[in-house]
Amino acid sequence: MAGTTLLDIKGVETYYGNIRALNGVDVSVKEGEIVALIGANGAGKSTLMMTIFGAPRARAGTITFSGTDITQMPTHEIARMRIAQSPEGRRIFPRMTVMENLQMGASLDNLKYYDEDVEKVFTLFPRLKERIAQRGGTLSGGEQQMLSIGRALMARPKLLLLDEPSLGLAPLIVKQIFDAIRELNRTQGLTVFLVEQNAFGALKLATRGYVMVNGNVTMSGTGKELLANPEVRAAYLEGGHH
Amino acid sequence: MAVTVSPERDVVATPVQRAFREALYAAAIALGLFVLFIGLKTDQNISNELILVQRWGLLAIVVIATAVGRFLYVGYAQPAMERAKAQKAAAPAAAATAPGFIRRNFNQIGVAVLLLYPVAIVLLFGFQGSLKWVDNFGIQILIYVMLAWGLNIVIGLAGLLDLGYVAFYAVGAYAYALLGTHFGLSFWILLPAAGLMAAFWGVMLGFPVLRLRGDYLAIVTLAFGEIIRLVIINWREVTNGSAGISGIPKVSFFGLMSFNVSDPNYIAKVLGIAQSGAYYKIFLYYLILGLCFLTAFVTIRLRRLPVGRAWEALREDEIACRSLGINTTTTKLTAFATGAMFGGFAGSFFAARQGFVSPESFVFLESAIILAIVVLGGMGSLGGIAVAALVMIGGTEILRELDFLKAVFGPDFTPELYRMLLFGMAMVIVMLWKPRGFVGSREPTAFLKERRAVSGSFTKEGHG
Repeated sequence: MAGTTLLDIKGVETYYGNIRALNGVDVSVKEGEIVALIGANGAGKSTLMMTIFGAPRARAGTITFSGTDITQMPTHEIARMRIAQSPEGRRIFPRMTVMENLQMGASLDNLKYYDEDVEKVFTLFPRLKERIAQRGGTLSGGEQQMLSIGRALMARPKLLLLDEPSLGLAPLIVKQIFDAIRELNRTQGLTVFLVEQNAFGALKLATRGYVMVNGNVTMSGTGKELLANPEVRAAYLEGGHH
Repeated sequence: MAVTVSPERDVVATPVQRAFREALYAAAIALGLFVLFIGLKTDQNISNELILVQRWGLLAIVVIATAVGRFLYVGYAQPAMERAKAQKAAAPAAAATAPGFIRRNFNQIGVAVLLLYPVAIVLLFGFQGSLKWVDNFGIQILIYVMLAWGLNIVIGLAGLLDLGYVAFYAVGAYAYALLGTHFGLSFWILLPAAGLMAAFWGVMLGFPVLRLRGDYLAIVTLAFGEIIRLVIINWREVTNGSAGISGIPKVSFFGLMSFNVSDPNYIAKVLGIAQSGAYYKIFLYYLILGLCFLTAFVTIRLRRLPVGRAWEALREDEIACRSLGINTTTTKLTAFATGAMFGGFAGSFFAARQGFVSPESFVFLESAIILAIVVLGGMGSLGGIAVAALVMIGGTEILRELDFLKAVFGPDFTPELYRMLLFGMAMVIVMLWKPRGFVGSREPTAFLKERRAVSGSFTKEGHG
């Protein structure tokens, strides 16, 4: 199933002012995989996500996407390489309706595949169809997350980046969202790179996983391996399943 | 007699009793507040000495008015509002009645009224009598409508707080004034030129402020507005400094007829009608009306195009925009340029109408008034902004007409001086009652298949 390397992050260092947030991170995502990056608060997971998009920019190292070096590319150009992101905190457009939010996602192709893709999103998340004319800001947290993923999918991405899709959501909704991600990967072969604090759910979903501590990747392996790893269990999984 | 206040008494007291008590308090507070402000006034007598004028009568009027106002509010208005509230709460389902005829066809009615306004005025007052109504009310208000609609693109759609909008108005006005007087170019060539010039300066302003948002952006744009004004004042060789430029040519009737009495193709000679200055004013009225319609049309069209949607998305969340592949640099610059262009159009029209421009017309207060109109009308709503311009500019013009107030407040009373006070009061009241402006809702631009009516309960944000 795993094909060629789609996203290759090598030795990336990112700073906030003088504070180093990432100390030479190596992560790779192959075509058709779901890769999970887990770690505690402040480990640098979201920073890595944002660094892929060039905001903040990596001070050292390279980020390659399907053979192209995107390390120094402007953010919007990176998005045009067909990398879509559901950012941390969802960042939907609160005063715009569900439809308008989805329309914004389809900006790259100037709405060429809009009707077709909107139907796909509504099949994946029927809840959004019920909320179609509602303003983004009036949706529940779970619906906003669905909208954020839906909006990212409207860009027809080759790689979908998800930053903490389960944050602040009820367990039942988390399951729905994870199921949807699995479904996308299985039926459309979509490559997904997700950052999660919900380590159990993420590793169960993922083909492979990375563990991040203080700006360093300390462990990697298949999802199953990491789930079974005693250190990972002790640090991230004990204390109840999510 | 000292009135003791206790909560128990408050419960037993009827509204009228309570109102009477509160009216007394209000009168006492008003007396304390105004005894020095209104009761006494310093003035100069004939030999330039400072004298103290006592105005106890006026003070009494103010204090009594305060007491009566408080009495009516507490005794009658408040209970009535409570009752209305209770009634509304009792029947929430019935609230979703269909909007009335005027509400539904507001835009069409508005356009019809605007088109027929000069005709009606001429019929009512004759050509000579119509001058004031068409010029001071019609043209003056429409200039502000156009400016506010232009600024609405920058603030209402793209969410970029611009406090120096008057700079583009000035650029447009001076572009026409200078090119028109020195090179004798016609208005119809210079109108687009002034728009382009203003758009260019919009981009010039846009570049350095690309990374700024909110308060920081506001400060820089404010400075930009002042810079333009100071350049105009100090660059005497070109702009003639604070003396301004006069003798700016009039607009011609699309080059076919002239509005100058001395010209051979003067409109009255060509059409064989009586001479009147009203023709020019009426023509200008329709010209600015056309420019307003152009602004509205462009705004409405743009909102449905990718760039307009990107503006609105940019207002909501810049980071999300970039992650969706939107070039925020060009998006912001186009917003600045488009807004500035309409400011430039309005500026060149203003110069043509006045025949005279000076830096006095482009002070910060103008920016503030335009911004106030946009905020009061409801950012992003064209109809609301037009109504706000009508109320604000029309209201201040009306003050000049209220000569009968002199009979009440004495011959020194000049109602225009209270313009800003009323402006401020209107803003406070509107912001208290309608915090999102006259029209706070936003019309969605995307629909699944057909336009669906969106019920109010879906679009309203929760009260918390």
